[in-house]
Amino acid sequence: MTDEAPAEETALPDEKREALLAHFSESLGESLVESHLQPHEDLWLRVTAESWQDSIRTVKSAGFEYFGFLSAIDWDIAPEGRYEDTEFDSGLEEEDDEPVEIDNSTGHGGGDSRFQILAQLYSLSRQVGLILKTDVGEDMTVETIRDVFPGADWHEREAHEMFGISFRGHPTLQPLYLPTEFEGHPLRKDFPLLARQVKPWPGVVDIEEIPEHLEAQLEAEVMAAFEANGGAS
Amino acid sequence: MTATSDREQMAYVSSQAADARVNVELDTGDMTLNIGPQHPATHGTLRLACRLDGEQVVVAEPIMGYMHRGYEKLCEVRTYPQCTTLINRIDWLGSFANEVPFILAAERLMEVEAPPRAQWIRTILFELSRVANLALFLGDMGVQIGALTPVFFAFRDRERVLNQIEEVTGGRFHPNFDRIGGLKDDIPKGWVEETRSVMVKMRTFCDEMEDLLVGNEIFQARCRGVGVIPPEVALGYGLSGANLRASGVDWDLRRDANPGLAWDQVDWRVWTHPDGDSFARYWVRLQETREATHIVDQLLDGIPSGPIMAKVPRIIKVPAGEAYLSTENPLGEMGYYIVSKGDLGPFRVKIRTPSFNNISIVPWVMKGVYVPDVITILGSLYFILGDIDR
Repeated sequence: MTDEAPAEETALPDEKREALLAHFSESLGESLVESHLQPHEDLWLRVTAESWQDSIRTVKSAGFEYFGFLSAIDWDIAPEGRYEDTEFDSGLEEEDDEPVEIDNSTGHGGGDSRFQILAQLYSLSRQVGLILKTDVGEDMTVETIRDVFPGADWHEREAHEMFGISFRGHPTLQPLYLPTEFEGHPLRKDFPLLARQVKPWPGVVDIEEIPEHLEAQLEAEVMAAFEANGGAS
Repeated sequence: MTATSDREQMAYVSSQAADARVNVELDTGDMTLNIGPQHPATHGTLRLACRLDGEQVVVAEPIMGYMHRGYEKLCEVRTYPQCTTLINRIDWLGSFANEVPFILAAERLMEVEAPPRAQWIRTILFELSRVANLALFLGDMGVQIGALTPVFFAFRDRERVLNQIEEVTGGRFHPNFDRIGGLKDDIPKGWVEETRSVMVKMRTFCDEMEDLLVGNEIFQARCRGVGVIPPEVALGYGLSGANLRASGVDWDLRRDANPGLAWDQVDWRVWTHPDGDSFARYWVRLQETREATHIVDQLLDGIPSGPIMAKVPRIIKVPAGEAYLSTENPLGEMGYYIVSKGDLGPFRVKIRTPSFNNISIVPWVMKGVYVPDVITILGSLYFILGDIDR
């Protein structure tokens, strides 16, 4: 709660999660590709696609019996959507003297494919969350984990319709939200957000640039208000 | 009516019996019954396609998507402060509580922490939205089984809480008040005393509900032993919140994974019930509402002084990274998985809503129940459609 606490916390090694990581690198063996430990937050494990179901089983038997969610990430850089109307965004980048660079990183735990599946599990006895990831190969298919966690049923159906990922062994991969005649996979980065294409988003005025001659004055006002507030009880 | 001889009567009875035999030979296959999309028990537009064998449900399949608004996609084309406007509308009965995990996840990526005063006011508003949300459930559950009075009490008393939220944030339902690094504004003068008196009224409301429903014989007959969910099934389906605690699992994110809000500063307890039936779910929510008023009372006593906003840049850019943060919302665990690439807006947001998981158990729990119990179970699982469809 106090201001000093977070600095101390991050300095402290996270023994609970480190012990877990050691445990899993042993029990998962070669299926574990990469891991990422963010002290006092979550633990990321990336496993091979072939061992996806087995890894989930291993992790569940280690006490992670609570199923949080399952979803997917499309790491493609969007050709449409957010980067389509970036006159404003790129203008800001130039102002900051930062070159616009395309970030190809694939998050905690890394990744080699465009699509990744992730599942969040929780251990109630340890009070630790765990995020398991796996790469989805060219065939866009991974094994279902519905038999391990029945709750994954709907999450897999959602991932199927939104990303076009198939789950081997899932009996009813029908659309959950979308109408049956819907074409395309809306959460893929190459799926255009039509409303945004037709009419540019007016929300940019929210963070409109402040004219130069007013900036110093405004900054001073904000600081004065900030300090006045700080003094008030 | 003409007087009939015994003989005539016997002839009538035997012809009726013959008719009944004919009916047995007729097709008595499964019948499909649609509940919703516009049924009051569905809190929105959920359709439940039930296949019935006589009075019993063979399969109950929820059909959603009537209200899918594509928030995960829309968040990708907005800046972080703009996202909160959408996020408000996920669980519309406890909107402020929706904003908090998103803002906290963004703060975690930015390594910003809101000042203590902001965290306390956040916690107070969070608990107020819990009271407002659960109050409606407490009354609404009565309507599901045919008791109309409780819901009028609920609407009357919930309004008091909404007024308090409105006084601070300016919005009854969609406050949009939480900011990265703190809050938009401070609380107005005299608000603390008013809120304290509202909390007293809410406790009276809880007592009324206890008298009207929990102690009611009909309510007990309709709810006890109906829709029992054992703890291991609840965990496998990812049930959270009161639904999980009513199955005897002692887990509350406010206590077990407090992300920096003021819950650890006050004295309160987590309520559980071992039965796992509809009655247990109602009972746990009733206790939680009362507990929330006590939490608010204690927090009001000790709001620390200081600023309500940390120093954050005017244009918010979140450094690249990933974070998952969830809090104990009125409906259960609500979390946001944010993937940032260092832009003004998120690269991907996965919204983990409690109702989605809570309702995914419906096909399991509805198997073999009788038709009237379908409504009881659906009501006691308590979901908000916006929270399922996002």
